[in-house]
Amino acid sequence: MIDVSTTPATNKTGPASRRRTYRPNAQYIPVLATLSLLIVMYTFGAVSYENFTHPSVLLNLFTNNAFLLVVAVGMTFVILTGGIDLSVGAVIAMTSTVAATLLQAGWPAGVVIPVVLLVGGVLGLGMGAVIHFFKVEPFIATLAGMFLARGIALLINQNSIPITNEFWTSIAETRIVFEPGVYISGMALVALAVVAVAAVVLAWSRFGRNVYAIGGNADSALLMGLPVGRTRIGVYTLSGFCAALGGLIYSITTTSGYAGHGTGTELDAIAAVVIGGVLLTGGSGYVLGTVLGVLVLGMINTIVNFASLNSWWARMAIGVLLFAFIVLQRLVTRKAK
Amino acid sequence: MTLQKILKSRLMWPVAMLVVLLLCALIFSDGFFDIRIQDGHLFGTPVNILRASAPLVLVAIGMTLVISTGGIDLSVGSVMAVSGAMACLIIGDLSNQNSVGGVAVAVVAAIALSLVLGLWNGFLVAVLGIQPIIATLILMVAGRGLAQLITSGQIINVQSSPYKVIGAGYVLGLPVSVLIAAVVLAITVLLTRRTALGLLLESVGGSPVASRLAGIQARRFTVMVYIASAACAGIAGLIYSSNVSSADGNNAGNLIELDAILAVVIGGTALTGGRFSLAGTTLGALLIATLDTTAQSVGIPPEATLVFKAVVVVVLCLAQSATFRAMLFRRSTPRPAARAEVPA
Repeated sequence: MIDVSTTPATNKTGPASRRRTYRPNAQYIPVLATLSLLIVMYTFGAVSYENFTHPSVLLNLFTNNAFLLVVAVGMTFVILTGGIDLSVGAVIAMTSTVAATLLQAGWPAGVVIPVVLLVGGVLGLGMGAVIHFFKVEPFIATLAGMFLARGIALLINQNSIPITNEFWTSIAETRIVFEPGVYISGMALVALAVVAVAAVVLAWSRFGRNVYAIGGNADSALLMGLPVGRTRIGVYTLSGFCAALGGLIYSITTTSGYAGHGTGTELDAIAAVVIGGVLLTGGSGYVLGTVLGVLVLGMINTIVNFASLNSWWARMAIGVLLFAFIVLQRLVTRKAK
Repeated sequence: MTLQKILKSRLMWPVAMLVVLLLCALIFSDGFFDIRIQDGHLFGTPVNILRASAPLVLVAIGMTLVISTGGIDLSVGSVMAVSGAMACLIIGDLSNQNSVGGVAVAVVAAIALSLVLGLWNGFLVAVLGIQPIIATLILMVAGRGLAQLITSGQIINVQSSPYKVIGAGYVLGLPVSVLIAAVVLAITVLLTRRTALGLLLESVGGSPVASRLAGIQARRFTVMVYIASAACAGIAGLIYSSNVSSADGNNAGNLIELDAILAVVIGGTALTGGRFSLAGTTLGALLIATLDTTAQSVGIPPEATLVFKAVVVVVLCLAQSATFRAMLFRRSTPRPAARAEVPA
C-alpha cells in the first residue's frame, strides 16, 4: 500500500539543504562548459597579448569564420540524426568553381546564386537518398560525394579562377562599420541569419523535433510514425545547401573559385559541432553549441596568430589548445553530471 | 562452396569490382599484365600496384582493429609523417648513412615514437573518454606540426642504401614493402583469429558495457588497438619515406585516413564496430590502389581520376547494399508465379 499521509521525502533532510544552489539543466551543461571555457580562452588571450581586447578581434572571429559557421550549422543537423557529412569541404570547392566559371561566362549573379545553391542541395539530396534507401553508411556515401564534388571541380578547372563580377566584389566590400577598423562583414551577418533560422527550425519546428527523434532512436521514430526517410534525406539536402552557401561565401570573401578551396573544412566543421556539445551518436545538442564550437576554433587560430609562430609550431599549438580545451570540457561535464 | 554461398559473401562484390577493373585495364591498355623478371626482380604493372598498395594495406589493417572496437583513427597520416621524419632525421645525422646498425636504430626509434603516439590516442579515448574522431583529430593536426618540427620545416633527403631497401628493395625477386605488409597481415590474422583476441575485440566493439560486465578489460583493448594502428601507420610511413628517400612532413600519408577507412568499409567491416574482416580490408585496400593505377593506364586524365573513383565507390556501395539488389531483383522476377498462389 502506498501511504499518502506521510510528508514527502524531500522535506526529511531539513532546512539546511533547502538552500538552493544553481544547477543548470543537464542537457545545457556541454554548451555552458564550452561557453565558460571560451571565456577563459579569451581572458588568457587578453592577458597574454596586447590589443587582444580590441573589439575587432571578436568581430573578426565572425567575419573570418562565416563560411565555416554556415557549413557547421548544416553539419549539426546531420550529426543530430547520427549521421556525418564528409562532402562539405569538397562542395565548397565545387560551388566556388561553378560560380566563378558561370560568372566568367557572363551569367548574371542573380541566376548564378540560385543555380549554385541548387547544385549543392541536389548533391545532398542524392547522398541522402543513397543513405536512406540503400542503407549505405553515411561516412562512405558522403566520402563518395566528396570525391565526386572535388572531382567535378577539378574537371571544370584545375586553376584558381578570379571573379570580377561587380555584384560579387561589391558584396565582398559590404560591411557595417561601428568605428574605423571595427566592422562586421555582410557575410558574417548572412551566417548569423542562417544560425538564427536553424536554431528556430531545430527548436520549434516539426522537422527539428523529427531530427532529434531520429538521432535518439531511428527505429522508435519510425514506430512512432515519424517521417524518418523524409527527415533523413532532408538533413543531407540541408547540409548540401549550407555547404553550397558556405562555398558562395568563400568565393565572395576570396573573390575566386578554386578546386582546392575548403580542404579539410569537413573536419573543422565536425570538430566545431562536437566541441559545441553535440554527440556524434546523435540526438543531443544545439545550434548555439555549434556556434560556440566555431568560435573556439576561431579563437584558437587567433591566439596562434597573435603568438606569431611559424607554421609547424602553429599546428602544434592548435593541437595542444584543442587538447586542453577538450580535456577541460570533458572534466567539467563529467563533474557536473 | 555453392554459387549461392559465393553470391551471399560480403567479399563477393569487392572481388567482382576488382576483376572488372583489371578486365578494363586488360582491354584498354597494352601490356598491363606483362610481368617480367629483370635483374632477378619482378617488374610490371601488377607488381607496381602491389607495391603502391603496401602502405595503404598496412594502415588499413590497423584501422580495421580500431574500427572493430567502434572507434576511428584519423591520425594515421600524421603518424606516417612523424615516423618517416624521425627515421630520416636519425639517418641524416649518421656519419655513415649506409651502416645497417644505424638504420636499424632509426627504424626502431621511428616505430617506438609511433607506439607512443598510439598510446596517446588510446589514452585520450579509453581513459579520458573523448569521442575517437575528436581525440585522433588532435594528433592529426598536431602530428604534421610535430613531423615538420622534427625536420625543422625542411624536406630531409637521405642517401642510405639499407634504408632504401624497406620501400624499394627486393628479396628473392619480391618487393620488400609487399613482404612487410604481408608479414604484418599474417601476424594480425594469427593473433586475432588463432587466439581469443579477435573475439574479444569484436565483443568490445559490439558493446563495451556488456563486455566489461563479462569481465573483459575493454579499456585495455581500446588502448591496444590504437597502439597497433599507430604501429602499422609508423611502418607504412617508413615504407613511404624510404621509397622517396626523404621525409616530407606535409605530403606523407596525406588523406590516407580516408582511403583506409574506405578500404575497411568496402571490406565489410561496419563503422559501428563489432565483426571485422581483415581479408576484406586487404581486398578493399588493393581495390583502391588498383583504382588509382588503372585510371592512369586506361587513359583517364588525372583531373578526372577523382570522378572515376567516386563512380566506382558509388557502384560498389550500391552493389553491396542488399536493398538495392532486392530492387533490381524484384524488377527482373516474373510476376505470374506469385499471383498463382493467391486464389487458393
